[in-house]
Amino acid sequence: MPVSLTIDGQQRSLAVADDMPLLWALRDIAGITGVKFGCGAGLCGACSVLVDGERQFACQTPVSAVAGKAVTTIAGLTGQPLGKALAAAWEELDVVQCGYCQPGQIVAAAALLKANPTPDDAAIDEGMSGNICRCGTYNRIRAAIHRAADTIKA
Amino acid sequence: MTISPATSRRAFLAGSAVLAGALVVPLHRALSTAPAQLSANGYLAVLADGKVSLALPKTEMGQGIMTALTMLVAEELGLAPTAIDVSIPEADRARFAPVDTTTGGSTSIRELWKPLRQAAANARMALVDAAARRWKVMPDGLTLADGAVTNPATGQRLAFAALVADAATRVPTDAVPVPPSAWKVIGRDQRRLDSAGKVRGTAPFGIDVQVPGMKIATLAQSPVFGGKLAGHDAAAARAVPGVADVVALDDCLFVTADSLWTAKKGLEAAAPRWNEGANAGLDQAQVDAALTAAVARPGVTAKAEGDLAAARTGAARTVEALYHQPFLAHATMEPGNCTAHVTPQGVEVWTGTQVPSDARAAAARVAGVAEDKVRLHNFLMGGGFGRRLETDMVERAVSLAAKVPYPVKLVWTREEDIQHDMVRPAYADRISASLDAAGNVTAWEHRIAGSAVMARFLGDKFNGVDDDAVDGATAPLYPAKARLVTFKQVESAMPTGWWRGVGGLRNTFVIESFADELALAAGQDPLAWRLARIIDPRARAVLQKAAAEAGWGKALPKGEGLGLAVLHIWDTCLAAVAHVKVDAQRQIAVPQVTVAVDCGPAINPLGVKAQIEGGVIFALSAALYGGVTLDKGRIAQSNYNDVRPLRMNEAPRVITHVMPTDNAPGGMGEPPAAVIAPAVANAIFAATGKRVRQVPLQAGLESA
Repeated sequence: MPVSLTIDGQQRSLAVADDMPLLWALRDIAGITGVKFGCGAGLCGACSVLVDGERQFACQTPVSAVAGKAVTTIAGLTGQPLGKALAAAWEELDVVQCGYCQPGQIVAAAALLKANPTPDDAAIDEGMSGNICRCGTYNRIRAAIHRAADTIKA
Repeated sequence: MTISPATSRRAFLAGSAVLAGALVVPLHRALSTAPAQLSANGYLAVLADGKVSLALPKTEMGQGIMTALTMLVAEELGLAPTAIDVSIPEADRARFAPVDTTTGGSTSIRELWKPLRQAAANARMALVDAAARRWKVMPDGLTLADGAVTNPATGQRLAFAALVADAATRVPTDAVPVPPSAWKVIGRDQRRLDSAGKVRGTAPFGIDVQVPGMKIATLAQSPVFGGKLAGHDAAAARAVPGVADVVALDDCLFVTADSLWTAKKGLEAAAPRWNEGANAGLDQAQVDAALTAAVARPGVTAKAEGDLAAARTGAARTVEALYHQPFLAHATMEPGNCTAHVTPQGVEVWTGTQVPSDARAAAARVAGVAEDKVRLHNFLMGGGFGRRLETDMVERAVSLAAKVPYPVKLVWTREEDIQHDMVRPAYADRISASLDAAGNVTAWEHRIAGSAVMARFLGDKFNGVDDDAVDGATAPLYPAKARLVTFKQVESAMPTGWWRGVGGLRNTFVIESFADELALAAGQDPLAWRLARIIDPRARAVLQKAAAEAGWGKALPKGEGLGLAVLHIWDTCLAAVAHVKVDAQRQIAVPQVTVAVDCGPAINPLGVKAQIEGGVIFALSAALYGGVTLDKGRIAQSNYNDVRPLRMNEAPRVITHVMPTDNAPGGMGEPPAAVIAPAVANAIFAATGKRVRQVPLQAGLESA
């Protein structure tokens, strides 16, 4: 049975096995490659997406579990005010290095700011603890989240 | 023959029609498609529409080389770096010669600093001269900015587009690059040019390639190094809906499918069985014992000066120590992958590689075709750290693609990526020094043993000393009356490769830890002992700066300490002071690291800072928790649970002091990574009185 869901505001129907994780349905079937494969085990956060506004690891979410739900990837997120603020902060603070983890970082940051629009350092560290960056950009990510929070408040 | 960038770009566009939108556009904007009019060299051109085009002569893995090299061009041509069209070119050894596109060992800026500025300066002079001829004036007073040449005396202005055809007829080879006093781009903070696509998920990495008609594959290689495939159930794999093919090689099994998930399920169903071979009994303890045994005696001489026996005579004290460093996985965020299509006409490859030319050659070798039958499209890399200096991922993909009638994207699972890494070698070092009554070193002997990565590349030319493995050890910062440094190659079943920081990182851990041991033996403060002995003025300057900024000597609460380390390798001087806290359960935290660097002119200070912040945190993960181990001939670790990178709450604040000098530019990829383990080990000693001589330091402290 094809699975129907909304991806970045578009109604989609994906003809995949029920147990296929959303990550592969997005990347390999729907061709949405901004969602990254890092570990396949819910350990790194590179595949983070929003499902009805909540952060999920797409590699740990069977596609059947998101039937009828709204999935927001980095592509959709950065078209919205919150995502735009985050992307701008990331660029202004020159956060990225290799950049591979950053879509997942930004999605996680969006979920964090939705839940807590004015996080302190400890709240950011907690909210971002599911995301790994091998290049070591954590300090700039934290600063960029503060900046995006300020932008949204203003 | 020199291939101009435009020729190459046209070829790339034509070839990429199959790429369905996955064309590499690092700048997140359309690049000019105008033909090259003025080729300053094989990869830098002024196009007919006046745009300046740079085909990147090095590869971008996050280190920011795309931005730094573009800045060098921008400086000479009076442009903003953002105005230059920069692209990631296809592999083409001849086009870039004598520059080697291989990117590693902190060589990019050191290799390109002169030739790239020279080429851009030549182009600038050609444009200025063309304007001078047009206006019948001397070129000296003309200025160049925003893509045009201007005569300040008359207000006349000619855009590059109007000059380039004329300029191309007379391109000098000896133009003088812009002097430092006139720099407007070099030395100024420049934000990265590749951010926009990376933050929006549109920047394509190799793993994102989509070729029409392609299948997606994954693989299982023998878990035990050297093992062979004994059997598998191909029918069971093919019974998984979506599986296309099962391809067996001697030591590897592939499954191709409609998605990686399906391929993985197919591989599980195929249940490969292995003849484990001779290494099935090999454990880490055997490797470590062999390394320890190898440093019981001197190896092959890498450096010998003075009379060691005489220098030892009459020493006030002698200090000797044995250090161990583990195998390390690279664990780049982007797992191993390569897409390949083999047809009777040739081979096409899409991947992110640090060695485009070597990867192309490897693809040709595996496919059994001439190199000019291979097109290799390179991409941004989701981390390199040395892993993508290897071509095994390309070879595996081409060997699979040769057996299927469609393009295939081979993606390694994270488990396969870690368990079939080409790991950073494990090393043992035995180091001893004799001190006179004042604490000066009289005799210094350093025995280094481990895998010789260089030997694999040098073959018969290998003379017994791996030059990388002794980098930083043959001429340490500490003078001695006599010195002997030796290397002993010790291989195990574990395949080895380079890892960020390379040999200099291992030697800095040993030498800078040992320097603290010598200071202790001499009864002196670690900073004072170093400053009393280091002659190198640049090393002294960064050491003093880092120590002062970190508040060296200040009182700290119980269980806290500062530790320092300094190096002069890769033509860069860098010092770090780590602030460490150790709790009652001996858990180590590193809240802050202060770094001072002299890398010469610091082309992009913002990028230098990023390399320091990143290098410190990358290498601190390994220093505290790193290490993969052999268990029954296989790597015991498999994912980010047991190859543990620091997370945000564990990452130190990194304070950076960039101290530009007019020395030749040095490398910045390796140095920040290389100082952190000794700085932290020395801080642990300051905090606890326990000397940890093995990495990972956390486990080392627990067993100390």
